[in-house]
Amino acid sequence: MRAPTARPAQDPGPAEGPPPRPAPSPGARPAPGPRAAARLRLAARLRLAALLGPPLLWLTLAYLGSLAVLLVSAFWTTDSFTSDVVRTWTTDNLHELLTTPVYRTIALRTVSIAIAVTLIDAVLALPMAFFMARVAGRRWRRPLLVAVLTPLWAGYLVKAYAWRVMLGHDGVLNRTLAPLGLHGPGYGTTAVVVVLAYLWLPYMILPVYAALERIPERTLEASADLGAGPWRTLRSIVLPAARPALLAGSVFTFSLSLGDYLTVQIVGGKTQLIGNVIASQVTLDLPMAAALSAVPVVLIVCYLAAVRRAGALDSL
Amino acid sequence: MTEAAVRLVSVTKDFGAVRAVDGVDLSLAGGEFFSLLGPSGSGKTTLLRLVAGFERPTTGRVELSGREVTALPPHRRDVRTVFQDYALFPHMSVEQNVAYALMVRGVRKAERLARAREALATVRLDGFGPRRPAELSGGQRQRVALARALVDRPAVLLLDEPLGALDLSLRRRMQTELKELQRTTGITFLLVTHDQEEALTMSDRVAVVSDGRIEQIGPPVEVYERPATAFVAGFMGTTNLLRGAAARRVVGRPGTFSIRPERIRLADLAEPPAEGERTVTGRVADIVHAGAHTRFTIALPHDDRLTVIRQNLAGLPPSVRPDAEIRLLWDHDDAFPLPS
Repeated sequence: MRAPTARPAQDPGPAEGPPPRPAPSPGARPAPGPRAAARLRLAARLRLAALLGPPLLWLTLAYLGSLAVLLVSAFWTTDSFTSDVVRTWTTDNLHELLTTPVYRTIALRTVSIAIAVTLIDAVLALPMAFFMARVAGRRWRRPLLVAVLTPLWAGYLVKAYAWRVMLGHDGVLNRTLAPLGLHGPGYGTTAVVVVLAYLWLPYMILPVYAALERIPERTLEASADLGAGPWRTLRSIVLPAARPALLAGSVFTFSLSLGDYLTVQIVGGKTQLIGNVIASQVTLDLPMAAALSAVPVVLIVCYLAAVRRAGALDSL
Repeated sequence: MTEAAVRLVSVTKDFGAVRAVDGVDLSLAGGEFFSLLGPSGSGKTTLLRLVAGFERPTTGRVELSGREVTALPPHRRDVRTVFQDYALFPHMSVEQNVAYALMVRGVRKAERLARAREALATVRLDGFGPRRPAELSGGQRQRVALARALVDRPAVLLLDEPLGALDLSLRRRMQTELKELQRTTGITFLLVTHDQEEALTMSDRVAVVSDGRIEQIGPPVEVYERPATAFVAGFMGTTNLLRGAAARRVVGRPGTFSIRPERIRLADLAEPPAEGERTVTGRVADIVHAGAHTRFTIALPHDDRLTVIRQNLAGLPPSVRPDAEIRLLWDHDDAFPLPS
């Protein structure tokens, strides 16, 4: 990257205090006075501003700005004939959101699914991460890590459609279970939970793995030495050490589940989540869609606040 | 001597192709302060871990108070370990750390807190209970580890280089305190150390370990004064080892001999040897002043060298100067014969 900045940007050294040696440029005096020092400080500030300005501007405008527009538009309404947005201030949308039973049902269902996915991932991730971090030797650790990571790089849609094929009426699952007299869940809420839990599992395994790997072997030995059997050590030493990581991973699984709307469309059957309702409202009633979007945003903020209180974000 | 508190019977431990412990027999009496002394990599820590149960012997047997525990996991053995890095639980308070063994055994909360405070008092850490290990100094953590290990009065306490991370003056103080603690509790202490001074000052008995084998077991004075092998003589303090032709020239007899440097007397050339004394003459090659004592290197004919250590008292013969010719004297018995 070329820096099309003015001359002061090339002055050497930090701007604080007198420079260690006189600048080689012919105009510089041997000992710069207070004004020269001030000019150097200004140059440093300008450079910092040039460096951080664009990304910060991008973040504020593109991210927080759009969020603000979203929240504001939740208070607008639409012309019922043309579906055009009418910019008059009203709380009708919020009122409808809070009083219509179907919205409450959908919001509740979405949160329940997100919680179920988070719990399933936590339960699956713990033994997996423990095995990777503490039991598997060097030879196994790497392939296992790769096995956890690679699905993250595969396309989201590919994975969701793969599950659609597997869960279908004539899919692998039903054909495998048929001899046992059983059949799979088919498309619906259960399928959504299963697929979401599958999709977000790596986001739970990786932080837990990192946390468990950091427990010194001596700590586990000390626990055994003091009379604790494996289960007691797991409960009193390993789980407390993994707790911040479990919470951090749950931020991913919970928030990603709350916002998902594609998986529901692919394997959810008739199941409706906040995500699809928003998606279907966007073209019809943008202000209503905006009001609906506030629900997951508020939920996530509440969740983050709770996690923060639990101390999981202290190491950030 | 009552039933052995700890007994190892022909214990061998291999790590892959490396033999860390090679046919060790060891027996600790109840209430004894026993030290395993050896250089790093000698297998002394592996021996300790075999007693704790962190390692299983490849062959041989481990017994605690007469009961075979070879196949028992650590949590089913009545021994406690003080780890070199203390291994305190970082997410627990000092009190919870100390009370851990009691909590595991299901002791009621009020009682275990009371006993944890009591244990903290014995290591002079009253009032530190609510703190976290991270808020303590190295010496304090060391005491917490001790209190944690002693809180439910184990039969045997294992200490793995427990003073290694402390500075010299603190180490000296902790040596005295450990010895005192062992005396008052009557618990069998098994200490692993590479510091011969530590082993000498604290132990009832010392085992010198080298290459996975025990070279010599005995009271510290005996191991120091009457080393069984050249390795022991060299590892326990400094010594003058003389073998073969050098032994014949200096000691006057064939064989291998150890002469402790503090046993050699420096004298003027004119001074005659007393009855039962051996004497040689040599040149003062080097003088190193080391605080309470001075170390002299004396060059003898035929390139033999002797180290002499002398307390810095008055009365150094005036002739002892660099490059001066002087006389060395020692008792015949101070040239201690070793197996070759």
